[in-house]
Amino acid sequence: MTAALTALRLTAGTGISAMGLGVAQTLAALRTRRTGLEPCDFAGITHGYAGSVAGVEDHALPLRLAAYACRNNRLVDMALRTDGVADAIMAARAHYGAGRIGVVMGTSTSGVLASEDAFCAMDAQGRLPANFDYEHTQDLFSLARYVRAALDLRGPALCVSMACASSSRAFMDAAYLIRAGLCDAVVVGGADSLCRMTLRGFAALELVSAGRCRPCDARRDGISIGEAAGIVLLERPDGRTISGPPAGFHATVLGYGASSDGHHMSTPHPHGAGAVLAMQRALDSARLPAAAIDYINLHGTGTRANDAMEDKAVSTLFGAHVPCSSTKGWTGHTLGACGVIEAMICALALEHGFMPGCLGVEAVDPAFRADVLTTNEARPMRHVMSNAFGFGGANCSLIFGKAA
Amino acid sequence: MRVWISGLAVLADGMAGWAAARAILRGEAAWQPTPCALPPPATLAPNERRRTSPIVRLAMAVASDACTAAGCDPAAVHNVFGSSNGDGRVVNAILQALADPAAGLSPTQFHNCVHNAAAGYWTIGSQSRQPVACFGGYDWSWGFSLLQAAAEAVVEDRTVLLCVYDMAMPQPLGQKRPTRGTFGVGLVLSPRSVPHALAMLDIEYGPEEATDTPLILPDAQTTTALRTLCHDNPAARALPLLAALANGGPHEIRVAGDIGHVAIKVTPC
Repeated sequence: MTAALTALRLTAGTGISAMGLGVAQTLAALRTRRTGLEPCDFAGITHGYAGSVAGVEDHALPLRLAAYACRNNRLVDMALRTDGVADAIMAARAHYGAGRIGVVMGTSTSGVLASEDAFCAMDAQGRLPANFDYEHTQDLFSLARYVRAALDLRGPALCVSMACASSSRAFMDAAYLIRAGLCDAVVVGGADSLCRMTLRGFAALELVSAGRCRPCDARRDGISIGEAAGIVLLERPDGRTISGPPAGFHATVLGYGASSDGHHMSTPHPHGAGAVLAMQRALDSARLPAAAIDYINLHGTGTRANDAMEDKAVSTLFGAHVPCSSTKGWTGHTLGACGVIEAMICALALEHGFMPGCLGVEAVDPAFRADVLTTNEARPMRHVMSNAFGFGGANCSLIFGKAA
Repeated sequence: MRVWISGLAVLADGMAGWAAARAILRGEAAWQPTPCALPPPATLAPNERRRTSPIVRLAMAVASDACTAAGCDPAAVHNVFGSSNGDGRVVNAILQALADPAAGLSPTQFHNCVHNAAAGYWTIGSQSRQPVACFGGYDWSWGFSLLQAAAEAVVEDRTVLLCVYDMAMPQPLGQKRPTRGTFGVGLVLSPRSVPHALAMLDIEYGPEEATDTPLILPDAQTTTALRTLCHDNPAARALPLLAALANGGPHEIRVAGDIGHVAIKVTPC
């Protein structure tokens, strides 16, 4: 398998998160180092900080898709309407045909907030409200079905749900659909939205920081939860010679790798053995040596265990030679959406030649050996890596290059 | 896409393994919807084993049996897990706790509610470092998971374990997502011909509307009962393929998606 066959063109993409809606706002927030995290005030939960997306409560879905109305699908619909990404996908549909474009979306909790609200509104006989539509809201497939219906596509659709690795893994499953010849292009992305389940669940695990999360800091004490949605269009390398209208960010997906820890449900392998394997497999698939990676966008959640494990894993493969940072200080941990949001950040870093240093760090953990950036640095890059690690020991690494 | 089935496992109500399922699907035995026993996974440490939920036991049992049938090392295969509802019991319990301001949320229950919990325990039990993918596809989880598992096998040129499972949804969530019975199926898919393969599958996706190939068994009563199971449990929609494998001979099977369909051409080895 040659590198040329592995590479896929990312011809349009956008993302929305607490730091901004789309490429221009995200780029401005990264450059000015402005966080999107605010004190949490959601469904009566006021512990810690959260990253919410402005306008999601008021966003209305198209009337024909009203059955899908829930916070998560509103979030992904906002993304579809950002940076002209839906128009770019329409142009691809006109070229390839609706049946040749698949949809692979990652989410950890889909529209679970709709079920939470329904359970709160249960009557004395234990009946859930008549208007609660599980199939089109909480169900995992709802997200992928919504995106496919909104874009009138007819290719295979999948929802990938593997906790915080969901939308990174979605890139791999999209690549399989294209490389197996089942699709010419795939709409890839993810969405996870604020809900009681994750805010209270991570709090029960004592993993939510009282302040803003500060990945890689010596005194880091947990995550801040954020919500986000992202959409990209991946196309086969020998697809269209003329692309559609320019939309959002562009890149090349050069490689990908996945692994399992096989260790514990919610604690990463202490030496990062699974993470090392995912990164090595991504390098192998891109046919690149470790020395070719110019920057690593860490999973960097801000928990004691994740960041220490990831530092060990990164320094095992790359020594102290590759600048790396986590951008969760801007967005919070957007769970199943972090893969696609951080793909956007990687593409912007490549295009504009700057590395965003970790936000909110007073002092990098002195035990860390990797080259952790805490300020933005202007440097040209050719290859960047993005990591995502989830509960259940699911690890996924992606390698991006500039758009061809 | 062409793959070979090198191992097969079934665990479902009234079907304690592939041998029992095959006899029913051939008309050699009657089907009774007796709840199947779900063995505690022997590969987990005692404290983890004791706490595993029924659906984790179901998924781990079919995954393990399929690998045994294929004679392959569980730590060597790539893994694709598909389920419509995941662990509905845990999700339902968390939703009940969240609706009660006085109730605390169990941290263990929270990490067990992720859709990849069963796959996570499977890799912990088999000490596997291999990739896992976990899909949810509502009523169409079986067809789309099979399609994706075959794609991974062919593109990566690796053996892929496909494990698809669903169980009854408890109340009150079951009011809105009625799911009944227990059904788990495991297939080990090889991208190359292997000496002991059961069948060769040619799998394609078609964007045209289609209905599922109906389940037709020698016995009319069993046909009716198992068609109800296909309707009630998304994983049981594997039954038309399983019936084709049980009865031998070439078959063409369609698995409908919400849009489009998966077409499977079965050639016995």
